[in-house]
Amino acid sequence: MRSIVSLVALAVIGAGIAVSLDEIPFGAVKSRVGGHYVDLGREQTGASNIVTAVVVNYRGFDTLGEVTVLFVAAMGLGAVLATRRNKQKPDIESASLVLYTGCRFLFPLILLFGAYIFINGHLTPGGGFQGGAVVASAFVLVYLGCRGKKINETGSKLVESAGGLIFILVGFAGLAVGGHYFLSNYLPRGELNTLFSAGVIPIIYIAIGLKVGSELAGVIDRLVEEST
Amino acid sequence: MNWLQDTVYYIGAFGLVFIGLFVMLVKRNLIKVIIGLSILETGVNLFLVSVGYISRGTAPIFSNPLVETRTRVDPVPQALVLTAIVIGVAVLALALSLAIRLYQHYGTLDLSKIREQKW
Repeated sequence: MRSIVSLVALAVIGAGIAVSLDEIPFGAVKSRVGGHYVDLGREQTGASNIVTAVVVNYRGFDTLGEVTVLFVAAMGLGAVLATRRNKQKPDIESASLVLYTGCRFLFPLILLFGAYIFINGHLTPGGGFQGGAVVASAFVLVYLGCRGKKINETGSKLVESAGGLIFILVGFAGLAVGGHYFLSNYLPRGELNTLFSAGVIPIIYIAIGLKVGSELAGVIDRLVEEST
Repeated sequence: MNWLQDTVYYIGAFGLVFIGLFVMLVKRNLIKVIIGLSILETGVNLFLVSVGYISRGTAPIFSNPLVETRTRVDPVPQALVLTAIVIGVAVLALALSLAIRLYQHYGTLDLSKIREQKW
């Protein structure tokens, strides 16, 4: 009964969507703002990755909101799961030799790769969110392979807060120094396609990368702690 | 044939959306409902990226000077999806933590047996 009702509802929704998608041809130019960013983005922001220019520069305020959503979700998870503490440590079966060795060998390399992704966010595909996710995946490997080890909670919270603070402080500095608006790009643009270019974009993206990485690592830590 | 080429991405994206919605509406196991939510989210992300596609466009990244002259796809939907994916992970973790607490409280993940969650 439930499935029949659901199927009928989905069919109605699907028909509505099909009718409205008829007006949106695939592959056509739909908005002028995207073309504007592509044409002028390099000059205006100094970043050769236009997606990064949109995320951090043109829509930096929006990104601040999204970072806040991420923070609230992580905090909500902490609030839901943080009731029982101070349990005695259960006996954890140690991981196999392959997993243990792989964890010890790969952990620093994955961290390095994540840092590379968010430091080069304004030059190559990548950025703070992707790099942060890669950094967090390194911590998943630690919880799988090097069981018993866990992240330093104070340190991870410190990094997380520092990342968020740098983002907001750079934004307010843009208000004061740039004199135009919150998160304006007031540092020199530099030469295109070099590491030290694009003004505040790399600074903000590194802050986002650290924040996302430590936040997701904290989420993993809480879930693992709950399951043991 | 040409018609299919133009709409295959929309069909795929909304296929995922509808699979996710159907799973969320029909399944009684809370973990499966959360999996449905995740599938739905993937479909929405795929749809947003395919809306931003411009015919024969390449990625809006100017690292390689050899492809300087080609058209670029719209960067705005990609920027939106980029953050949405990471937020999706955090929301998934939040949903799973709620599922953990529900299981500890009721001893089951079957939504039809949990009084307040019945429909």
